[in-house]
Amino acid sequence: MKTFFRTMAAGLAVLFMALGSANAEVVYNRGNSADPESLDPHKTSTVYEGHILRDLFQGLVMQDAKAELIPGAAESWTVSDDGKVYTFKLRPDAVWSNGDAVTANDFVYSFQRLLNPETAAEYAGMLYPIKGAKEVNESKSSPETLGVKAIDDKTLEITLNAPTPYFLEMLTHQAAYPINKKNVDQFGADFVKPGNLVSNGAYTLAEFVPNDHIKLVKNPKFFDAANVEIDVVNYIPTEDRSAALKRYEAGELDSNDDLPTEQLDEIRAKFGDQVHIAPYLGTYYYTFKTDKKPWDDAKLRRAVSMAIDRDFLAEKVWKNSMFPAYSFVPPGIAGYEPSVADYGDMTQIEREDEAKKVLAELGYGPDKPLKMELRFNTSENHQNTAVAVQDMLKPLGVEVSLVNTDTKTHYGLLEQHGDYDVARAGWIADYKDPETFLRLLVTGDGSNYALYSNPEYDALMGQAASEADPAKRSKLLSQAEAIFVRDTPYIPLLFYSYHNIVSPKLQGFEDNVMDVHPTRFIKKTS
Amino acid sequence: MLGYVVRRFFSAIPTLFLIVTISFFVMRIAPGGPFNQEKGLNPIVKANLERQYSLDQPLWKQYLDYLNDLLHGDLGPSYVLPDFTVAELFRAGLPISIQLGASALILALLVGGALGVIASLKQNEPSDYSVIALATAGSTIPTFVIAPLLQLTFGLAFAWLPVGGWGGGGLSHKILPIITLALPQMAIVARLMRGSMIESLRSHHIRTARALGLSDLSVIVKHALRGAILPIVSYAGPAAAALITGSIIVETIFSIPGIGRYFVEGALNRDYTLVMGTVVVIAVFTILFNLIVDILYATIDPRVRYD
Repeated sequence: MKTFFRTMAAGLAVLFMALGSANAEVVYNRGNSADPESLDPHKTSTVYEGHILRDLFQGLVMQDAKAELIPGAAESWTVSDDGKVYTFKLRPDAVWSNGDAVTANDFVYSFQRLLNPETAAEYAGMLYPIKGAKEVNESKSSPETLGVKAIDDKTLEITLNAPTPYFLEMLTHQAAYPINKKNVDQFGADFVKPGNLVSNGAYTLAEFVPNDHIKLVKNPKFFDAANVEIDVVNYIPTEDRSAALKRYEAGELDSNDDLPTEQLDEIRAKFGDQVHIAPYLGTYYYTFKTDKKPWDDAKLRRAVSMAIDRDFLAEKVWKNSMFPAYSFVPPGIAGYEPSVADYGDMTQIEREDEAKKVLAELGYGPDKPLKMELRFNTSENHQNTAVAVQDMLKPLGVEVSLVNTDTKTHYGLLEQHGDYDVARAGWIADYKDPETFLRLLVTGDGSNYALYSNPEYDALMGQAASEADPAKRSKLLSQAEAIFVRDTPYIPLLFYSYHNIVSPKLQGFEDNVMDVHPTRFIKKTS
Repeated sequence: MLGYVVRRFFSAIPTLFLIVTISFFVMRIAPGGPFNQEKGLNPIVKANLERQYSLDQPLWKQYLDYLNDLLHGDLGPSYVLPDFTVAELFRAGLPISIQLGASALILALLVGGALGVIASLKQNEPSDYSVIALATAGSTIPTFVIAPLLQLTFGLAFAWLPVGGWGGGGLSHKILPIITLALPQMAIVARLMRGSMIESLRSHHIRTARALGLSDLSVIVKHALRGAILPIVSYAGPAAAALITGSIIVETIFSIPGIGRYFVEGALNRDYTLVMGTVVVIAVFTILFNLIVDILYATIDPRVRYD
């Protein structure tokens, strides 16, 4: 009898093990700071959405684990000699998750939809380099006039207004992903719901419970499905960074894209190389309102900027989760050399002395202190930064008063060009090109919170926009940035970094300046 | 009684109307709008967005349109989460918040009530002092301290329960959030119960009951408790409305997909329709629970009559 039980037990154990390995689907629980605003690629804008949509869809071109450009739905492309016409050859084997072939007309439809004013796409503006795009978005012409044409089922031609060297990089943004027309026609706005959504990427949408999780499952019809190892990826919104870290520690999350940076020293000590912190293409800056006295004086602006100790901000306030900034464009864009402020090389004491001298020349001193109102949106770190800056400017006789409002009030005021002296803002690159930063200071840009207007700067940006030679263009942009540094409409304070925590079980989660980590390139060992 | 309920129902309509109207305009006074963000929008794009959500219409027209939609049961789209209508967000989140809130309330009433009774019977004895100490601690330690402490203890140190997440509604995922929600309520209920029991035990009818030679148990349960429970009932009504409409702190820390976060998040995001929807839901529950309290009063206290 004893032997019988022993045999039974052994048999059952083997059976369970066999069942276990047969069902061992690889699940990746991926912490993502916030839920997406939408899963409609044309209605999204944030990096949180980017992570999910990159798994669901394939644009013409995509990014690999290192954020390098790779073919996506297009297998190859050619560019005309004048740099204005791009011809894409689509993959013959690319299909949607419903089995339909991915055709050039899908892209024609998608680009037209993105720019159609009725779609009200936030990122429509990014695609204005396409011929006719701005006119369509302004309701001045019909979507059919857009410079995106299907030559045949698998050939797509996109015509631009000017050679735009960053065009391919731009196409990696989620706003340029295609959607399936049949799908939208059938379900209307509900096409994004689980069960409805048809996608052409490595994964398909299985579940979306707001504030709980988004479950994506591997798409067997994806052209490279054979090399996709993760079967299920659950995107879990982690608004509370401290709670998310505990969930990571408990093994409920395999990675998270943010950390409670105020505890960074302890976290580094505890988790070692599971913490991934490195520069990211983003700049944290203060903007002057340059059309308001006395901030219309470039000398004054430069003096204030010079006196701020970025090293202190980066090390003490941000615990090295940010890096000191002396240019507006962060380092890390291949082929571009940012123009850096010369005072970056001076010691802090020299900079303060120089700034004092300039302020005295301009007539400011103990009898006539410079008054400056500094506005920022509510956040503990923004507050600490502003208090530190207030303290740094005090020895110069600058009286800084702080005004703290919620994000919507803050940006509402900036957008309406309300009354402010200096205000906090930040910019994260949409694509790997200096233009994504420098265009902010072109006269009339929606995000030109400095209301900066310099014909010389605009002219250089204009020349760069029509320059087909990448090296020459890069030089023009660098010259424009040199003007920025001289005029200091913004005070670049810090460069952003990303702060991921990644389980040792994950491989292929590679550090890169865009903080892009497509799940299809990630592997997980148990 | 039925007439009373019907009267109350009809009197709730103007109350709701006032609440909706005031909230609508107060919300619009706040500077900024749903489409202001760190990455400023191109003016053409912003105009397209505002047109799509009719935010380019005059305010009075937007107000009338909102009222009209509301009368037809339409809470509108969420501006910030355009994949969902406000009604869809509530359909997904409200049952979760109700489950957690109702469980927490029941737990708080049972445990808090029992502790309060014990304290009142052992007045000025060690057990009374311990209940008072517990109750003071429970109502003064904020939720945002208790929740991470529970996570650290039961989620990480002992690893008995999940640190966060809803897990499709599994019991293990509910325990810590329910305890977190219940603790402060428990403390309040215990203190209320202790106070009203002491008062009730000193009243004339209890002295009479004791003089008549009734047993201790009968005096406490049948006579003292019945009078003492009234303040708890009036407290429990609004508390229930607050608990089942969710708590932003508990839901955020434990990653619970309830509706507690929508009020604050909606307001911060200027997601006008989401805020209005939340206001309507909270108002309806508050009115409903106040009505239930009044009905319970009449049932418990024979001196209260509505007809």
